[in-house]
Amino acid sequence: MTTIAGEPVPRHGARIFAIWLVLTAIAVPLIVLVLGPHLPPPHMTVESVDQRNANIVMTALLVPIALLVLVYFIYSFVFFRETTDAIVDGPPIKGHAGAQLLWIVLTSTIVLALAVWGSYTLIAGAHGAGGGQGPDPAAKPTGYQHALPVQVIGQQWEWTFRYPTYGGIETRDLAIPEHTLVAFHVTSLDVTHSFWAYELGVKADAVPGVDNIAYVNPRHTGLFQIRCAELCGLWHGHMSKKGRILASSAFQAWISAAQKKNASIVKYLPKYSRVYYPAPLRRAG
Amino acid sequence: MSATPIAAQPPVWRRLIGFNMLTGLALGIGGWFLGAWIGGQMAVGHPYLQGTDQNDVGIYMGYLFAVIGWLVGLGFANYPIGRLLGRAPSLRHHETGSWTRYFRLCTDHKVVGIQYLFGVGIFFFIGGLNAMLMRTELLRPVEQAWPASQYLTLVSLHGTMMIMMTSAFILGPFGNYFVPIMIGARRMAFPRIEALTFWLVPAAGLILLSAIAFGGIATGWTGYAPLADEGRAGMDAYVMSFILIAISLTLVGLNLMATILTMRAPGMSWTRLPIFVWSVLATSILMALAAPVLVASMTMVLMDRAANTSFFVASVGGSQYLYENLFWFFGHPEVYILALPGFGIVLEILPVFARKPLWGYRLAVAGMLGVTLLSFMVWQHHLFVSGMNAGLRPFYMLTTELISIPTGFIFLNAIGTLWRARIRFTVPMLFALAFFFNFLIGGLSGIFLSDVPSDVTTHGSYFVMAHFHYTIVGGLVFAFFGAVYYWLPKMLGFELNETLGKIHFWLFFVFFNLTFFPLFAAGFLDMPRRVSTYAPHLQTLNIFVSASAYVIGLSMLIFIANLIWSLVFVRQPAAENPWVSRGLEWQVPTPVPIENFDRIPVITSGPYEYGVPNALPVADFAPGALPAAGR
Repeated sequence: MTTIAGEPVPRHGARIFAIWLVLTAIAVPLIVLVLGPHLPPPHMTVESVDQRNANIVMTALLVPIALLVLVYFIYSFVFFRETTDAIVDGPPIKGHAGAQLLWIVLTSTIVLALAVWGSYTLIAGAHGAGGGQGPDPAAKPTGYQHALPVQVIGQQWEWTFRYPTYGGIETRDLAIPEHTLVAFHVTSLDVTHSFWAYELGVKADAVPGVDNIAYVNPRHTGLFQIRCAELCGLWHGHMSKKGRILASSAFQAWISAAQKKNASIVKYLPKYSRVYYPAPLRRAG
Repeated sequence: MSATPIAAQPPVWRRLIGFNMLTGLALGIGGWFLGAWIGGQMAVGHPYLQGTDQNDVGIYMGYLFAVIGWLVGLGFANYPIGRLLGRAPSLRHHETGSWTRYFRLCTDHKVVGIQYLFGVGIFFFIGGLNAMLMRTELLRPVEQAWPASQYLTLVSLHGTMMIMMTSAFILGPFGNYFVPIMIGARRMAFPRIEALTFWLVPAAGLILLSAIAFGGIATGWTGYAPLADEGRAGMDAYVMSFILIAISLTLVGLNLMATILTMRAPGMSWTRLPIFVWSVLATSILMALAAPVLVASMTMVLMDRAANTSFFVASVGGSQYLYENLFWFFGHPEVYILALPGFGIVLEILPVFARKPLWGYRLAVAGMLGVTLLSFMVWQHHLFVSGMNAGLRPFYMLTTELISIPTGFIFLNAIGTLWRARIRFTVPMLFALAFFFNFLIGGLSGIFLSDVPSDVTTHGSYFVMAHFHYTIVGGLVFAFFGAVYYWLPKMLGFELNETLGKIHFWLFFVFFNLTFFPLFAAGFLDMPRRVSTYAPHLQTLNIFVSASAYVIGLSMLIFIANLIWSLVFVRQPAAENPWVSRGLEWQVPTPVPIENFDRIPVITSGPYEYGVPNALPVADFAPGALPAAGR
């Protein structure tokens, strides 16, 4: 108990800090150990693991900040409320230079640290983090020259895929081999779509006239969900299908079967190109 | 100013025509047909206009002439024509009169404020109704209630209407009504422009609603370009209404800026300016600088659609990145146009019911100006995965995260103001405190979106949608209702029922959080925005969200019931200063006289001097009686 003008005053600040410390000590381990493994995206690729780690770090950092404000507000509702009907003025405190300075320093430190950490993980650690980087990626993973190119073509309202290193065949199914760096070249024939492979941690806008590149490193085999994440008209919600990560031998078998199936039609396809310009748009119905 | 002569009674023919909403509507409809005919004539001989199933030139000309007819019918041409004929300038005949002044051109800023309150309120409820219909569709994971095209139109109308109307949600009603009173002025700097800004809003709203009759809108509120070029005639309604709203916002911004800069009463120094007025000033800067960019980008869409230009058509040399960048260069300051007035309202309300001075006044001002500056430097965070130059991403990540520093100042102001306060939980105070809870979640969830690795998952998903509803609904709309409960007794002269107000608050607050918090999870679990079909395993979550959303709708009905009950049936006149506030706006009589003050007051003290020993009253209303007070 300190005193102000002879009146004993409880040490509100110390109490609030203690409550916050206890709650944070409980919350942060829970977030990291219990909630963390359930945060998205599922860990099928190196990129999605990086994204999940980013989500865990930020949740663990932001929840204590939220708790501090909440604990303070609830404490003040309980202890700083007017219990009578009378309208009585509180102490005329207009500010406190030290508290303001401390707040500015603390928030700036957190924000700058987040920005530096985010930039580092984006460029050096995660090599673009599975996001579309445009035709000339700034963050290239090692061995990007040998990545398997897969062209993803968005059109109203279907995804198709071309494999330029396998004769430029076009398929309606997406399959990629395990443990092989894949470069998705995302483009569109009509309006803007966004290629979202949830479990892969890949999202890249499909933009007409643009070759939008995203790298991904599959870690193990399985199914993943493909969706469109940018409103593209009437059947936007229906542009979803399952893709597959296959073991290398299974991928080879699949792609040669697809090549055989495509053999008779591949000559009718336009020549493989980074972008395509179909006839100028007409108004759709 | 007070020497303005009282205008003579207008001639009989003018009183018969009336120059009110009805004449406006009549001339507007006539203008539509005239413009559509002219547009039809213009299209003759241009096969690319006649070759499609619609003539966009005719539609745009129709809308243009309809707006001109609407404004002429309301009487906006009378003053310039009168001046050309040599009549003396006068505002007075616009400022007197009966209840009918609410339905015609009126240059009294208080009338415009109330026009805005009800006009924007009506569109807010239409937009809210759209949300209820959307949530009905999402009760099941397959198409069921509406066909896909109608669902998309609902999504687009909800988004567009809410963004357009809530841009003027606080500056329209409360900015127009209270800023002149709070700075000790009798009117706004440009009263006729002020009236114009309001009357463009119903025109824009009605044009937007006309999209329903013209094949709907399929692009959402963002109207991304190649898709917008494909759209049917409803898209023309979107373009035209957004242009009108952007013109209105620009003029609102310029008008309020001029008013605050030049018309403050003697003694109203920058450090005595109410914090709400500071937030209006910051917002008006954003409006005047950002909204013209929207006019430009919408005009390009208009040209692409009507005149076959190719600003955004990739196959003939255009780029949709141009649209995305122009749109978000407007669009991101726009979200702070929505947020900043909310900061102002809650910091205005907090000291009154904490009975303490606003803690860290200068920090709050710095925070608002900092947000204003930074908000022009963050727009490309909407384009992190768009294929923009990837080397720019760390910069926009940094600026986006930096903007949380000045926003954090507002939280520190609240924390300091509540410290050892005497909090009274009135209805406006509850809304102001809920603002901080909601905005805390909204702001912190924004950090996930600013970090590129986690944005890759959350971009374009329900996570984004939950995030901006937490900031706009949880922030702006809660602040709006705080302002309604706080200021309506002064604006309309009657008390609102407190019990109904508290029921409204608790239902809204609890079910707002139950609606939008689960949507963060929906986004994390792979649900994209703007879809009418979704993964079946998310159905339980969506049913829960829809049910909560309906309760939000119910809480709004309780608010309307409260308005009708208090204003029509009980009619308990409000006290002049029911909250015992020091604000200048509470020291004037209720109802506020037409020119606000008999004499321009001299401001003698700041508005938040609660508990300060020997604090002077906030203003001297009969300057001259005291020797040289102030400054």
